Amino acid sequence: MTATEPSKAAAMDPAAPATLSIPAALSAPFTEGLRLGVLRYQRCTACGCAQTLVRYACRHCGNEGLAWHDAAGSATVRAVTVVMRAPSDEFRPLAPYTLVLVELDEGPRLMGHAAPGMQIGDRVRAGFFEHRGGRLIRFEAMV
Amino acid sequence: MTSSSPVFLRGAGSTPFGRHEGHSALDLMAAAAQQALASAQLSRGEIDGLLCGYATTMPHLMLSTLFAERFGLQPRYAHAMQLGGATGAAMLMAARELVRSGRCRNVLVVAGENRLTGQSRDSSIQTLAQVGDADFEVPNGASVPAYYALMASEYMHRTGVTSADLAEFAVLMRANAVRNPDAHLRTPITQAEVLASKPIATPLTLLDCCPISDGGMAFVVSADAGRQAAVRMVGAGQAHRHQHLSAMSDVMQCGAGQASQQAFDEAGLTHGDIDYLGIYDSFTITLVMLIEEIGFAPRAGAAARARAGDFSPTGALPLNTHGGLLSFGHCGVAGGMAHAVEAWRQMTGQAGQRQIRPPRRAFVHADGGVMSSHVSLLLSRED
Repeated sequence: MTATEPSKAAAMDPAAPATLSIPAALSAPFTEGLRLGVLRYQRCTACGCAQTLVRYACRHCGNEGLAWHDAAGSATVRAVTVVMRAPSDEFRPLAPYTLVLVELDEGPRLMGHAAPGMQIGDRVRAGFFEHRGGRLIRFEAMV
Repeated sequence: MTSSSPVFLRGAGSTPFGRHEGHSALDLMAAAAQQALASAQLSRGEIDGLLCGYATTMPHLMLSTLFAERFGLQPRYAHAMQLGGATGAAMLMAARELVRSGRCRNVLVVAGENRLTGQSRDSSIQTLAQVGDADFEVPNGASVPAYYALMASEYMHRTGVTSADLAEFAVLMRANAVRNPDAHLRTPITQAEVLASKPIATPLTLLDCCPISDGGMAFVVSADAGRQAAVRMVGAGQAHRHQHLSAMSDVMQCGAGQASQQAFDEAGLTHGDIDYLGIYDSFTITLVMLIEEIGFAPRAGAAARARAGDFSPTGALPLNTHGGLLSFGHCGVAGGMAHAVEAWRQMTGQAGQRQIRPPRRAFVHADGGVMSSHVSLLLSRED
């Protein structure tokens, strides 16, 4: 995917208000990426800082130009838990399941599922799995 | 009135925490508020400001004025506040500013929720999980215990804090709650029982987590001291560095140190001046991280101080003598206010059978979200 700026795309939408350009669903490129099997993240067009989650402005320099990029999917585990008690019926069939917080090689941090036995510091690669009609991230140990 | 005008905690009220079947959030707020007014020796007509917390069981556009109407108040200033577990401390800080500026003379700060009996456990857990990011975190089947467990894994990995260290605080909070008839959980527990209790999200077990309770808490913040003792709010500070766990840039600097430093600087006090701690303890890891980042123990040193008895009621730095969220209970905003109410009761000699040598200077800290919002308060007994 080429880098795009959603705010400019919204400004060109004839249905958008003339004086206020509001991008629809800030996180849409990320969730759309999940459907396509790609991890997307924002990077500041001014200072180059990679953003965790989604932002309206760069967390480092405040610049409002943030372009979406594809991540390679390789990452390092920063935190890990095995959820024994799922919070809802939707997830009870999966329990126990491993959740991790990783740092992508490009810089952003990301939460996802992971293969059992994951340790902090492990090198991992992102994969995906289907759950209840949605697609979730699952990190596997890098081989 | 100038910005240096003293502001006092004039009176406080509370309900026991636990099950209050059939009582609404407003019922619990009213019970605590009624006691706070009596304690402050004020009539309803003398309350000119009202701040109230939110209740997940009673979402309302205007909870403060709904409460004012039912409770018989006509304040000149009112609103509700939403800052997760930090709401109670943040309301006290805001009430202090209202009094200090001369806008109000007596501000009622109140919170209550039937979080345990007003909804199903699944519903409560689902509601709370929404402090996570709706697109990046919640869809993974994450919950508040899972967020704190992830954070715990990183903090423990980096500092060497162990599960046995965390368990010390579950045991201490329970021992304190055993002495408090108003506490939700009062069966004594051992460290071995904490470690062997049902795992919720590793490394956290059931006894590393606070219960969900019903209850209410209230304070009157005033330009005038109460009859019991003059407990003055002498410093306050906040820090809000992230909302979501994924966006917490450094588990060693989550904002607690920054908030507490502002409070100490404003009060002209240092850690060594403090003789009571009221610190937020939604999970054992919360308490350990806050104590260590704020500087009441070195990194990985909080448990050693607990084992030495320093945080016990008879120690140098008594901690959450009411039993904390871990055992007194957690009903939302009021749960986070209970630490301040207990500090005030101990300072004014009103803690009943669990009264310690009345502290002179108390440090209170609350966090909301996943160590997201931090509020520190410094209380001083001026007599």
